Amino acid sequence: MIYSDWLDYLPQLLEGLRTSLALAGASLAVGFPIGLLLALGVASPLRPLSGVCIVLVEAGRAVPALVFLQLAYYGLPSIGLTLASFVAGTVGLGWITAAYSSEIFRGGIASVPQGQREASVALGVSAFDTYRTIIIPQGLRVALPALLGLAIQIFQGTALAFTIALPELLSAAYGIGNQTFRFLSVLTLAGLLYVAIVIPAGILVRSLEVRMGRHLAPEYR
Amino acid sequence: METYWYILAGLPTTLALSVLAFAIGAVAGIPLMLARRSSLLLLRAPARVVIDLSRAIPPIVWLFIIFFGLAETGLKFTPFQAAVIGLGVVSSAYLAEAYRGGLMAIDKLQWEAGHALGLSQRDNFQYVLAPQAFRVALPTMATFAIALLKDTSLTYTIGVNEILFRANSEAQVGSASSLAILAFAGALYALLSIPTAMVTRRLDAAMRSKVAQ
Repeated sequence: MIYSDWLDYLPQLLEGLRTSLALAGASLAVGFPIGLLLALGVASPLRPLSGVCIVLVEAGRAVPALVFLQLAYYGLPSIGLTLASFVAGTVGLGWITAAYSSEIFRGGIASVPQGQREASVALGVSAFDTYRTIIIPQGLRVALPALLGLAIQIFQGTALAFTIALPELLSAAYGIGNQTFRFLSVLTLAGLLYVAIVIPAGILVRSLEVRMGRHLAPEYR
Repeated sequence: METYWYILAGLPTTLALSVLAFAIGAVAGIPLMLARRSSLLLLRAPARVVIDLSRAIPPIVWLFIIFFGLAETGLKFTPFQAAVIGLGVVSSAYLAEAYRGGLMAIDKLQWEAGHALGLSQRDNFQYVLAPQAFRVALPTMATFAIALLKDTSLTYTIGVNEILFRANSEAQVGSASSLAILAFAGALYALLSIPTAMVTRRLDAAMRSKVAQ
């Protein structure tokens, strides 16, 4: 199954892969901080604030990523906002990242024992400082493996940006296929490039999970 | 208004794709899971490769390989057929892992108790382990079903005439309403997936109470 033409395709595909990775990185850089804010917002006692945050999270989880990309790229121009495809891709995947990561952050924060909060009240630590220096750092550690798992999924999701004319890995492969009419060969190579990122990353995340769970009894790992 | 009815008429295709791909995965996932758990390396290793590859390659790439790639080898599919096969491949891998997770969650003592009671290996699996494993796996399967429903939107890229395909073709015209049209498509998916998610959460609690701890 080794194709002789793979070496010819590789430089162009690697160029596409670089764009895919850049889009994933930008989406995560936008999505994770917003996800953390959404997690805090959902838990807020202010009803209007928590309501808005819940709607943003539920929409992000219920609507396909592809629809968000299309909305950002083809939809927003109708209200006068024309975005470049990389920006539209970042907006679309960033929203998805924020929605899914907010649930992970929420789980991480909820895992911090209640006694920690009580102790910081007793010590006179302000609510803001309690979150900033006590709750969030501990919650983040619990959330980390799941966040990295999400990051892998977002990287896979960058293939959807093919539909908004972004020259990422799948677009590069499709473009070559159109020129050479050897779709099977070039698409297989593109698929293997995704595999070459996703599988090692998955192994790293799993080993991190094990490392971070070392203090737990076996049945909780 | 006509535009919205036209998009809504893509709903049966979206649902048919989801149901067919899920059915393929639910059936093909069983032998795949059994092979993955086999003590024979000759079965276990290929099953693992198949599962890992199916999950590591993005679904949209699978659709392209099957629709554009296989056509060169003479295997020509209609867009709908290619979509069912592509999403079916992905479903088989995910559901095999869901089944395996369910089985791993069952207490080892259940297996030993069945053995001590003189059940054959097959009966033990069929009557004691599999029903409990299925209950544990069910929420994972339901979560996957929702993800699959959303993933059917990818098939518009190979020309399947479903919800997003229709919305996209209407929105491309460049009218002022493209935002509303695409938002309508998005809302349709949300209307399908949010109730499913709510039922899943309730089902999860009910099912967990029926598994030996």
